Amino acid sequence: MHEETVYDALTNAHGEAGHWAFGTGFDDPLAGVDTTVPDGIDPADLGAYCLMLGDDALVLAQRLTQWITRAPELEEEVAIGNIALDLLGQARLLLARAGSVGVLGRSREQATATIPDEDALAYFRDVDEFRSTALVAAPDADFAQAVVRLVAASTVRLAVFTRLRSSRDPVLAAIAAKGVHELAYHRDHAARWVLRLGDGTEESHRRARSAVEAVWPLLADLFTATDVEERLAAAGVAVDPAAVRDEVRDVLTQVLERATLPVPAWPAGAPPRGRLGEHGPELAELLGILQGLARQHPAATW
Amino acid sequence: MSAVPTDPRTVAEQVTDPELPTLTLADLGVLRDVRTGDDGAVVVEITPTYSGCPAMGVMRADLLRALHEAGFDDVDVRTVLSPAWTSDWISAEGRRKLAAAGIAPPGSAPVRPDGPVPLQLGPPRRTAACPLCGSADTEELSEFGSTACKALRRCRSCREPFEHVKEI
Repeated sequence: MHEETVYDALTNAHGEAGHWAFGTGFDDPLAGVDTTVPDGIDPADLGAYCLMLGDDALVLAQRLTQWITRAPELEEEVAIGNIALDLLGQARLLLARAGSVGVLGRSREQATATIPDEDALAYFRDVDEFRSTALVAAPDADFAQAVVRLVAASTVRLAVFTRLRSSRDPVLAAIAAKGVHELAYHRDHAARWVLRLGDGTEESHRRARSAVEAVWPLLADLFTATDVEERLAAAGVAVDPAAVRDEVRDVLTQVLERATLPVPAWPAGAPPRGRLGEHGPELAELLGILQGLARQHPAATW
Repeated sequence: MSAVPTDPRTVAEQVTDPELPTLTLADLGVLRDVRTGDDGAVVVEITPTYSGCPAMGVMRADLLRALHEAGFDDVDVRTVLSPAWTSDWISAEGRRKLAAAGIAPPGSAPVRPDGPVPLQLGPPRRTAACPLCGSADTEELSEFGSTACKALRRCRSCREPFEHVKEI
């Protein structure tokens, strides 16, 4: 059948699933990509790792969008929207990669069959199945905390993604190579805000300083590998988070010093929590908003 | 089905970008390949500009529709992620069309070495001449514009704001 209009093409291409805004077979972000898992890589581990990276991006994108209509400048709302969109795109690719290797957790038991894997993973996993870290889930007390958290999260992610460009999984390597371009923009943009606030007025300095004090403890469990990361790092697929710690510390110290902000003691390493599904109430609350519509109205169209 | 299909590449190359309709997907470097298999099936490869580019679905739909209308019934539009798109892939013709539409084309994309990406704390170093009056005296208002691929600038000579496709 020849589609008469773009709308018809989008909605008719895959029948019932066409009403899903994202992730219909037609709009599959990995459509046509060879998703074969190379020899010697455990698909379950690969999928679990993609959930870690994908959930960080999904949760941070959701947190960032909460600043739209509330940021100090209109241009900043546009910037935050763009950064969140980049992260959402990374999340889609990574969740689709997890789905392509069959890592779906309990999401398939709750989602209807017509919903594509990436949507099932985003909307129909419970909080204990999410693998994001506390750094991205924490609510922002003010705009200073939003940009301090963004510079920390994008510094860590950029350091991981630069290394992942040589991952033995070609899909992960391609997602990372693309993400590096975007994350460099995000990190530098957030860093310039930290400079502006830290080296700004007395009030902005005070707020930036409190933000650093609130965000730094969230770095504690970021650099401790889970068993999955250890196995995959040994196989040349993943990055051992411990390997990026010094680089992250150097970059963040450089930002704080230029911003005339005191550099807190680096937090002692802690065992992974979020990566294992242990989360505080703030993630459940965030997911309530993110997942509410899809769960209450599984057949809703928009 | 049309009597004699034209070359599918010619058809695909005429499909325009949903967000920058004065440019074709070929001008943007988003259209990576068009080939016809032995069985007559047409395979089209496209690549996203940014990971979150919301226009990919519409691009696929537009390509399918154009090729179907030209008489190609069996068409497969595939995504390729590697190598990642860079603004260097926008063609000379694409750059000319951007400028004609009042959008400053990108300069050379930054070189991304294998190692760590250096922190850039100063103001963004990119420059762009005003596409309206040609003045080089312009300033950046925001690194992020109406779409992921554009920044917002203002000309200090003619005072007009304009968009600039970012180097990436």
